Amino acid sequence: MLFVIVPAYNEAKNIGRVISGLFSQGLQNIIVVDDGSTDQTASIAGAAGAIVLRHEVNRGQGASLQTGNEYALAHGVSAVVHFDADGQFNPVDIAKAFAVMKDKNIEVVLGSRFLDNRSKMPWTKKYIVLPVARLINHLLTGLKLTDVHNGFRILSRTALEKIKISQDRMAHNSEIIKQIKQKKLSYLEYPVEVTYNEYGQGVGGGIRIIWEILQGRLTR
Amino acid sequence: MLIIQILLIIFFLFALIKVVGRFLAGDLTKAGLVWWSLFWIVAAIVVLLPNSTAYFAKLVGIGRGADLVVYVSLAAIFFILFKLMIKIESLNKDITKLTRKIALKDDKDSI
Repeated sequence: MLFVIVPAYNEAKNIGRVISGLFSQGLQNIIVVDDGSTDQTASIAGAAGAIVLRHEVNRGQGASLQTGNEYALAHGVSAVVHFDADGQFNPVDIAKAFAVMKDKNIEVVLGSRFLDNRSKMPWTKKYIVLPVARLINHLLTGLKLTDVHNGFRILSRTALEKIKISQDRMAHNSEIIKQIKQKKLSYLEYPVEVTYNEYGQGVGGGIRIIWEILQGRLTR
Repeated sequence: MLIIQILLIIFFLFALIKVVGRFLAGDLTKAGLVWWSLFWIVAAIVVLLPNSTAYFAKLVGIGRGADLVVYVSLAAIFFILFKLMIKIESLNKDITKLTRKIALKDDKDSI
């Protein structure tokens, strides 16, 4: 059984479209983790047919993904997809990536914007922000990837049982990469399309992530 | 008496009243009352008799008593900051744990 986990915070504008996009690809178990939204995210997601788990207060994307992971594990999942709620991913990529994952018997698939030329992004992001993020990430996690801050990933049940996200906010991405290395999980980068509605995390966001990682290293 | 001394003494008195108030309201234990009262009283003595710290300053090799007070205070403040940071981080973790539990509570399989 494949579950799609969509962490959502105030995404009323996009969530309906994202869910119907997933259903249109024949995906069935769609879990929206509503992270304390103050808009209609939860009710729209419920009406669209998703299972909605609600965080009473906002805890961040990392915390939402972990909530979704625990729900999936409790429901006999064989793999989960992490999928953003803002509509920047293309649901078509899921089946293709999952097929490769099963075919090659791999534990984790990580989406990458750089393995084909479908994703159009601002040049500052492509040539400055992301290469710097890539380098810092390599230094901090020890894993060399083409795209380090991509929220698209598929985790097998084995991976799900081993990976525990403790970084509640945005540093969970680096944390997952680090755990893939630590727990010696097999992984593969797979090309996914990312459509930019807005800039996403700029330089300030990057600095905040580094701060979260370092803080996470100091506390338990 | 210098104006700064008067201002500080007034502030310490105010703090002392707050300490007693907290104790009467039940937010502070008896030990807390004694500790914080002593703290503010000693602070007042240091302000009224600045030379009183000179003895200790000499003992540890610092020229002026005021310097000793500043050094010790800074060290104490950074230590408290460190404790607070750890505390906030662990509170954050607890809040996440609770939030997750509530999110999954309607679903019997997850518990």
